[in-house]
Amino acid sequence: MPAATQQYQVKWSAEQLALLRADIAQMGGLAEQQLSRAIEAIGRRDTGLAERLIEDDAQIDKLEIAVDARAVRLLSAGRPSAPDLRQVLSALKISSDLERVGDLAKNIAKRAMVLNQEEPLRTIQSLTRMGRLALNELKDALDAYSRNDTDQALAVWRRDEALDELYNSLLRELLTFMMNDPRVIGLGTHLMFVAKNLERIGDHATNVAETVYYLVNGDYLSDQRPKGDFSNLTTASGEVSEAK
Amino acid sequence: MFSREESSLALAALTKLPDPVLILDGEMRVVLANQAAQKIFGSIDKGDAISAIIRTPSVMAAIGNVLDGAADQMVDYSDLVPVERHYRAHIMPLRPDSGAKGTRNKYAVLVLHDLTEIKRSEQMRADFVANASHELRTPLASLAGFIDTLRGHAREDEAAREQFLSIMQVQAERMGRLIEDLLSLSRIEMNEHVVPEGAVDLMDIAKDVVDAMTPKAVEGDAKLVITCDGKPVSQGAAAKLGTVIGDRDELIQVVQNLVDNAIKYGRRGGTVTLDLGQAVTDQSVTGLASQTAVPATTFASDKALYICVQDEGDGIARQDLPRLTERFYRVDVKRSREEGGTGLGLAIVKHIVNRHRGWLSIDSILGEGSKFTVFLPCTATRNTAAVIKGSQK
Repeated sequence: MPAATQQYQVKWSAEQLALLRADIAQMGGLAEQQLSRAIEAIGRRDTGLAERLIEDDAQIDKLEIAVDARAVRLLSAGRPSAPDLRQVLSALKISSDLERVGDLAKNIAKRAMVLNQEEPLRTIQSLTRMGRLALNELKDALDAYSRNDTDQALAVWRRDEALDELYNSLLRELLTFMMNDPRVIGLGTHLMFVAKNLERIGDHATNVAETVYYLVNGDYLSDQRPKGDFSNLTTASGEVSEAK
Repeated sequence: MFSREESSLALAALTKLPDPVLILDGEMRVVLANQAAQKIFGSIDKGDAISAIIRTPSVMAAIGNVLDGAADQMVDYSDLVPVERHYRAHIMPLRPDSGAKGTRNKYAVLVLHDLTEIKRSEQMRADFVANASHELRTPLASLAGFIDTLRGHAREDEAAREQFLSIMQVQAERMGRLIEDLLSLSRIEMNEHVVPEGAVDLMDIAKDVVDAMTPKAVEGDAKLVITCDGKPVSQGAAAKLGTVIGDRDELIQVVQNLVDNAIKYGRRGGTVTLDLGQAVTDQSVTGLASQTAVPATTFASDKALYICVQDEGDGIARQDLPRLTERFYRVDVKRSREEGGTGLGLAIVKHIVNRHRGWLSIDSILGEGSKFTVFLPCTATRNTAAVIKGSQK
């Protein structure tokens, strides 16, 4: 770590950018760990793990501040080239996405602590499957960042719809579950928020993938985003996304 | 000191070691990755940051400590995706110039010991017992009920006895199938972290399955047809298709389960089509609803073949599509029971496809039919760009 006295002396250099990327990788590793723990805390009813997760959230927050500080030092150091500037902007964007992932994982852990005191439900296994899907997207997006791999970033970006579909399906199941037995509404609400949080984590993974594309190509993806071809998979009732 | 020949022998041995070994420089970049490491993490290039391969905080911290001058470190860690794996990582300092003493170490070596099998077998046993006891309870209760009835008021009733016995036989057969499927699923899950190594001809598999399933198709009044890229099969086309990386028996099970479902849930008097071909690049693919199976990391840029099983049945509602491969998830519980389904067929398909680092895509239109497409990586070389198409026509 550069000492405080060096604060205004940094120069744009490959080493400085590598340090920034290393910070992001470290943050990414933490976010993945937190999400893995959240999935296990719920799936294996491990309240101790949920507690450790909540404690460790501060580490991600601390790294986000470190990334910000490093970026500010670089930005105040003079005029960079466009690709170098994109490195800094991307790091800032990705670090805020990862910080959110950490928060969402923490929120899942808090709900796990409540859920673990109740009877186990089969829907929880479906939620852990959804969690693994979200974790896989996050992992692939971060791998794409580490390797500057736009193909992989594109693959993540295209798959986001899948998580949304799973979310809609689970939501429907939970609604039915709660309508059948009003006594489980409290429990069902926690499960709904867990599903929602996982869906949001998938969105952040997609954001990271978009940022990787921007970082490498200097061009944006968002506008060309392929929307689901609903005609190919339609249902008669056609009200799948009522809750979106 | 080693002679030049001895050094090269040592290097060759390191390359061939069955445990993954990575040598990292002071900036945590890869200097050397042996074959086992390449096999587990996909292609690793010299100079890749370790963060492109492992980001687990405890491992990163241990590597940092060793590079900062600490002695050997040992860390146990797990990955949940793309398939669950457990490792013990040993991280040790490496100093090529034995004389020079600095506070920092110039290199670190990371050796991974795979604990997946041990951890899995513990977990599998627990899962198997949980699943089996839950699912067997219903048919078992029904059996016990009929035995009571047969001993009680139906004791002298010949007609009722015959009827009850045949129901009991159906229940007993269902329990048998359930146990068989659960065992099969456990076996596949045990090996899910090991990518198969054989080369398999998909066309051969399609033909074998069609032969094996013909009696069932006759019984279910369905016609089985094999096509290549939507066209009738010609000798040449089949020869050009090439092979996929896979385990023959498992892939037969995949196709067989899909064809079995297509016969069960297809239209009576309808056709079940097995279409095979080369997956091609398509920028517009969204991956929508093809969910459930998680595509392996490097899959998007690999060359792949597809095999697609299509029926002309009622189709599957959209909200069920992403859930189909969950164990015991049934769209229509009653119908599945009547058809003798265990609720595990597609879970088995998904786990096999996962193990092959392939991708399962499910499309369905209500009233028109369903299409299950399995993409599998070719045995041919990597790097040929191909994002998967084939299912969208």
